[in-house]
Parts: sequence; C-alpha cells; structure tokens
Amino acid sequence: MEIEDPRPVPEPVLLQVPPPSTGLRPASLQQPDLPLTDPSVLSAPIMLQVERLNLFYGDKQALSDIHLKVARNSVMSFIGPSGCGKSTLLRCLNRMNDLIDDVRVQGRVLLGDTDIYAPETDVIALRKRAGMVFQKSNPFPKSIFENVAYGLRIQGQSDRNLLEEAVERSLKGAGLWDEVKDRLKDSAQGLSGGQQQRLCIARALAVRPEIILMDEPCSALDPIATARVEELILELKREFTIVIVTHNMQQAARVSDHTAFFWMGKLIETDLTEKMFTNPRQRMTEDYITGRFG
Amino acid sequence: MRQFDQELRDLRDGILAMAGLAEEMIDLTSQALKERSRAKADEVMALDRGMDEWELKLDRLCIDMLALRAPAAGDLRLIASSLKIVPELERIGDHCCNIARRATYVHPPILSSGSLERLAQEVRTMVRMAVDSFIGSDAGLARTVIQADDSVDELYGKIYRELLRLMMSDPLCIERASHLILVVKNWERIADQATNIAEEVLFILEGRSAKHTYLQDHSKDM
Repeated sequence: MEIEDPRPVPEPVLLQVPPPSTGLRPASLQQPDLPLTDPSVLSAPIMLQVERLNLFYGDKQALSDIHLKVARNSVMSFIGPSGCGKSTLLRCLNRMNDLIDDVRVQGRVLLGDTDIYAPETDVIALRKRAGMVFQKSNPFPKSIFENVAYGLRIQGQSDRNLLEEAVERSLKGAGLWDEVKDRLKDSAQGLSGGQQQRLCIARALAVRPEIILMDEPCSALDPIATARVEELILELKREFTIVIVTHNMQQAARVSDHTAFFWMGKLIETDLTEKMFTNPRQRMTEDYITGRFG
Repeated sequence: MRQFDQELRDLRDGILAMAGLAEEMIDLTSQALKERSRAKADEVMALDRGMDEWELKLDRLCIDMLALRAPAAGDLRLIASSLKIVPELERIGDHCCNIARRATYVHPPILSSGSLERLAQEVRTMVRMAVDSFIGSDAGLARTVIQADDSVDELYGKIYRELLRLMMSDPLCIERASHLILVVKNWERIADQATNIAEEVLFILEGRSAKHTYLQDHSKDM
C-alpha cells in the first residue's frame, strides 16, 4: 500500500563544515561609521535640542560638536568616565557655565523654541524653566517651608495662600510631604541626606520648570534614599522632562528612557536605554558599559 | 584578567566541554546503532551524567553572574543565551540515550541502505557547525545550521514514511519499525537542538532574535 506523500522529497545533501572563523567580536561592533543616534529616538516630540555645541575653557575644548535631542516627558541619562564632559554639557543646558570665567560656548541649545544662548535670552527666566538638582544636597539655612518657597519669593510672590499651595504641591511632587508636613517650620538642615535631596527637588519643582537637570543626584545617598529618588524620577517624568548625569550605570538603566554616552568631550552614542545596555552600536560604548574601558 | 572575564571564560569553556561531550555521545550512539552494541549504548548513558553535572554547574555560574556582576551588552547576551544553550546541549545527551537504549532492538535491518546513517551524519554535522559558530563567533555558519534543519526534516519524513510502509506491508517488522521511528525522531530532535543553539549564537552576535521570523515585523530589536 502506498502512503500519501504530502510533499516532494529532495535527495538529502551531506553538509560540509566550513572552517570556523577566528573573529571574536560581533560584526555589528566592527562597523566604523554607524550613526550616533537611532532614528527611532528622534520621532518623539522634542523638548530640548543641542546643535553643533562646542565649549571651551580658555584654550581647552571641553565639548566638541555635540548634537543631541531630548524627548518631552522622558528621562535621558548622560554617562561616561570622569572628565568626559557630561556635567559640563548639563550645565550648558541652563547656562550655569556662564558663572565660570573664560568659558566660551558655540552652537545652539533650543529649549522648546527658545535659543537659550541668543543675546536676548533672560538667563534668570531660563533657569526657572530649567531647574537643577546637584550632587550634594544644598538646602538653604532656612525652614523647610522657606526652602521650597524661596524661588517663588525671589520672583516676587508674597501671597501666603499661593505660597502654601505651591509648597504643599512641590513637597508632594517630591514625595516628601507626608514626612515633613507637621514640621514645615523646622530647619531643613535637620532632615536626613535623602530627605534633603528630595527637598532640593521640591525646591526645583516649586517654580514649575519644564525640564529638570540632575547632576549625580544620588551619589551621596544610601541605597534606600537612592531608590526613593529613582522612584521619584519615574513619577516626575509624567509632568517634566529630566536629564540626569550619573556614574551609576544600573541607575541609568533603571530610570532613563534614553542614554547618551560621552568620551573626551564627544557624544559617542545615544539611543534607547534598553538598546544601549543590551546591544550598543559602538564598540566604545560596549567597552564602557561592560567595564572594559581603557 | 578581571574576575568577571575569568568567569565568562569559564562559561565558554564549560559550554565547549558540554558540546564536546555531546559530539562524543552522538558518535558513540551512531556506533552503538550500527553495531547493535549494548556496551557502546551503556557508554552513552554513562556519559549523560557528565552532561547533567555540567548543566547544574553552568546554570549556577550564569545565575551568579547575573546576580553579582550586573552584566550588560555582549556579556549580558552571552549569559542569557548560555542559559538556553546549556539545556539544549543537555537535551542532546538525553536524545542520544533514548536512541542508544534501542540499539539492540532494531536488528535485523529493515530500512533501505544507508538512510539511517545519512540522517545521523547530517545531524552530527549540524551539531558540529552550531558549536563551531559559537566558538568562532560565526553568524554565517549559524545561519547555515538553521537552513540545514529543513534537509534533516525532509530526510526524517522520508524515513518515517518508509517505516510506515514497511509496517503496513509486513506486520512482523512492526516492533523494530516502532523502535526505529523513535530513533529517527530523536535524531530529528537533536537537529532541532542544534538549530536552537545556532539561533542563540545569532542573538549573541547580532543582538536580535533569530527565532520565529514570521513574527519579525512585530518584534522589537534588542
């Protein structure tokens, strides 16, 4: 009896074994001219755009031809070895480098539609739009309430009700309200390190910025306080855009949507964080995030 | 050398040791089948213990590295894929045992000359190429393995149909043919295991899944 044959049966061919290659590196990392940015990253609405940015400290060039876009309501991490220019770039984004003598900046930084280096730009107004949180928490020697209200007061706001409302909203936004609501008149210096850092975030939130710049905000905090700030960052991005400089690559992986890797003043690669940490396109990025740099 | 690099090297070396053991088991299985040798079949089953030990050891190493080293990029892909490659190799050992166990039940021969040996040879070649693609970081060779699976499937189908014809035409050979159906099915499964290993090699090298390519439009590159 013949069995129904559902498909033609070709004569099998014995396979030949080619000699194994000796290359140990994935082919994708051997291609020299890959673009710095995955095009998909650029499809979201843009909050901040850096174009052809160069920065000089006197004769020394610290940033070279930086092009970068930060999507609205996202978190971007800047990573790279010490001295690579990531904090310098962060400080360019609200013109904090203006405070340093002998600094020269070329290129454009657009916050929304505003060229922040245009001659007519009001730097004080700019810093209201681009708040900053520093590595070391720096509460003023004032009460908790006055620390948060400070930015609004120097803008001329004196209405007690409005100030109280803003302080409560900002402390809630920074996840600190429940811990301090009964002691708002106490000195901010009495708070723990993690609380002080969240107070500084609340202070930045009070003036309703569009973007929050964070320069290693957790480097002085213990793991529990760090986890709270990281959770806060994830909550804040619903309302704000955040750029964070960090030396902690796991932190960059945990909190950011996009990551940018810098080396010697140059942007080497930027992409979706999950892509950067699983399959970066540049060999240098791979070496840095796997700890084989240098 | 950094401790982590040493651990990654230990992982690669362990996988190569498992792969070497798998190839040895495949060769012994082929011989046991050809010679209907109980002794060689027993040797195959004795080697399987080594596979099981390696699997436990390499699983532990991978979990430790994930927990303690926070691997990223190529290191992460290597470890994640190793957690899949190791069980594939271990399954190859199990399939060899399943075949070897039947080595003495398939005599006298009922299949057309050489087809069973040809299947075993093709499967062995696929395993060798999959291992070489891992050793040599050779994406082209890994793709060759994946393509070769179709050839093994065709050969398996051809032998399967031949065995069905034999059983229907001669009830006296049903027992032997039943054993042989399981033998060829196990060879075919080993080829699938080699294919899965090759897919993992492509993931390690290229960072994107080579599995289920019909879903490619819906999947996201990693």
